[in-house]
Amino acid sequence: MAKLYIDPITRIEGHLKIEVDIDGGKITDAKSWGTQFRGFEIILKGRDPRDASQLVQRICGVCPTAHATASIRCLDNAFKIKPPANGRIMRNLIYGADYLMSHVLHFYHLAALDYVKGPNTAPFIPRYEGDYRLDPKINKVAVDQYLQALDIRQKCHQMVALFGGKAPIVYGLVAGGATEVPTVDKMVSFKWRLQEIRDFIDNIYLPTVYLVAGAYKDLFEVGVGCKNLLSFGVFPLDDDEKNFLLKPGSYTQGKDMPLDQAQIKEYVKYSFYDDKTTGLHPSKGATKPDTNKKTGYSWVKAPRYRELPHEGGPLSRMWMTNPVLSKHANKFLGVDAKKEIRFRDLGDKAFSILGRIAARAEECKMIADAMDKWILQLKPGAPSCVKAEVPKEGEGFGLTEAPRGALGHWISIKDHKIDNYQVVAATIWNASPRDDKGQLGPIEQALVGTPVKDMKNPFNVVRVVRSFDP
Amino acid sequence: MSISRRQFLKLCGATGAAFSVSGSLIPEIVAAMEKAAAGNPPVVWVQGSGCTGCSVSLLNTVHPSIAEVLLKIISLKYHPTVMASAGEKAFDYLYATADKHKGKFYLAVEGSIATGADGKYCTPGILKGKEVTFVEMMKDLGTKTAAVLALGQCAAYGGIPAAEPSPTGSKCVMDFFKDEGIKTPVINIPGCPPHPDWIVGTIAHVLMFGIPELDSDGRPTLFYSTNVHDNCPYRSYYEEKKYSKSFGEVGCRIELGCKGPESFADCWKRGWNKNVNWCIHNSICFGCTQPGFPDKFSPLYTKLETMGREVA
Repeated sequence: MAKLYIDPITRIEGHLKIEVDIDGGKITDAKSWGTQFRGFEIILKGRDPRDASQLVQRICGVCPTAHATASIRCLDNAFKIKPPANGRIMRNLIYGADYLMSHVLHFYHLAALDYVKGPNTAPFIPRYEGDYRLDPKINKVAVDQYLQALDIRQKCHQMVALFGGKAPIVYGLVAGGATEVPTVDKMVSFKWRLQEIRDFIDNIYLPTVYLVAGAYKDLFEVGVGCKNLLSFGVFPLDDDEKNFLLKPGSYTQGKDMPLDQAQIKEYVKYSFYDDKTTGLHPSKGATKPDTNKKTGYSWVKAPRYRELPHEGGPLSRMWMTNPVLSKHANKFLGVDAKKEIRFRDLGDKAFSILGRIAARAEECKMIADAMDKWILQLKPGAPSCVKAEVPKEGEGFGLTEAPRGALGHWISIKDHKIDNYQVVAATIWNASPRDDKGQLGPIEQALVGTPVKDMKNPFNVVRVVRSFDP
Repeated sequence: MSISRRQFLKLCGATGAAFSVSGSLIPEIVAAMEKAAAGNPPVVWVQGSGCTGCSVSLLNTVHPSIAEVLLKIISLKYHPTVMASAGEKAFDYLYATADKHKGKFYLAVEGSIATGADGKYCTPGILKGKEVTFVEMMKDLGTKTAAVLALGQCAAYGGIPAAEPSPTGSKCVMDFFKDEGIKTPVINIPGCPPHPDWIVGTIAHVLMFGIPELDSDGRPTLFYSTNVHDNCPYRSYYEEKKYSKSFGEVGCRIELGCKGPESFADCWKRGWNKNVNWCIHNSICFGCTQPGFPDKFSPLYTKLETMGREVA
């Protein structure tokens, strides 16, 4: 048996270390170590609750709008207010634009270099050597697209900024709605940018995903994971939030179940936090570091839903929503273009490295197409926001889906100030360590069984980890 | 084309109405930077206690485009978010680059330095079989580099990780160097995140002409010398005492908690994301380029007067 550490895992947000045991060319055990603690939940205590929506965005500079969204939903809930229709749509558009940015960035700039050989110059060298399977001509096209996608993702951020003020880190998402009152010229400005992005997704991003997948077909069998899926739902389609574009729910031990946030608990036996704080629901959650804990190996807690590890991200949302896929999927699967293929038709192939990557690309198209309709639902000049007053006492929670998975914030307010604020971020679910029962986290489980041919160039390890977009 | 320092400064500052390409550095500079870049010392970019937001902001550079920056202008030998390699291969290369170009390479630092618990709050990698803390990395690379570019609020002034009660003992680069007796020059490029032009423009100045003129907070005067409130397009509303009482209402944002009067940066003319919008149009200024952000400007939505501060 051989042990392998990969630290740092690059091309992700934050600090992550992976430890795997390899026996007979396959991973037999895995540990995911979160190697950073900043203490946001401790810093938030005692502050004005409204400030949370600004401060939490700095948890993740790749998905600040996700934390802003969770936070303002949490504040809406605690303040007992509801945004007007313009506010809901504006929030969806700002957040949607950042989703497009995040998914394009993930495929082209974070994941692609595990499949595509970059130019022979820094920062594309050094690199793992060996398992690059694309025909040189296709490889060159992919490198050109890497550069084109840099411009596309930058334009997505222009869309975020049009209504959000700037990007990354937005100012336009606030308790009660959004700050910007829509004007026709901004709506048009947004729409023509979206047109270019949609064209890129439909005609470049999606076909390239399937083109690359064609050269790595075995990776539809690798990186299976825990097969429990969780989605909190995102992009409310009506003001009463009866419907979401991407649906909430869980797929637990093979069964579809409605979402019940009371079923979340965070465990810390293997995390660097006080053992007395284990097994708590986030509304009663605590963050007490215990740096020298003997059993600890990660700064990430182990959240569990119905006592089980659950995976979040595009795969979960697409499984829950089960939409019709693009015609590129028909072509790839050799199915008549007139036939409708739904996500669940992928079956077990969905639970894999490439299943997650395809889910992300298909979801990207679905969101972009929906945004094109939402932009026309805005009422120019009508308010986007209701007044937000901080109550003396209150409790609330805000659930949403970050591009990389289920995200929840919980608040309790005393004397108009934050008494407790707890964040269970998407990658906390996916990159979690073992829980108190010893159940491995989703990334850990996805690594177990993965074939690793070359210890010096462990492509499949980083492919599995990055398929979760940590 | 070659470009003088004087021309460079003029072009960096010129935005908005003066040029068709607003919210960006202008194309003339790009050509000059490319020329100057050949044979330039490398830049390595490391991350401590941060959020990667500064890196994402850098990716939003328009002129020059990020593709031009990466392939033609800056020899970026190490960057955790964009580089191809991982693990030992990446980390060994980082330290080998620092040794090979000792005293010559530039160190871009994103994130603050968590000094509590012997640095265990942030360990960015494994070197020779041992976990390296960010504290150890900064002591080592900090003495080998020609100068540090402290990128973003965290590296420049401590940022949110250093906000009360600073659970991880986070420090900015300047304070950390002072405590450790490290004499390496530090250039602060604050902002949460900094505008990509501030990052690219400062790096270009350093590579082409050396360290730019800095203010008393260690920031390049090139980008951070103007007061936001004094130059704000809503300034006339302030003079007329016409104040926005809610978001989206016409008027000066002071009643909503705007911290523009205490903030220095050129956002008011540069705008964000190719100048499609900026903070005060959309909401208010939170003072994210100033030492002490966020605590000094919290509660963020409370007006300065209520916080006991005068506005002129």
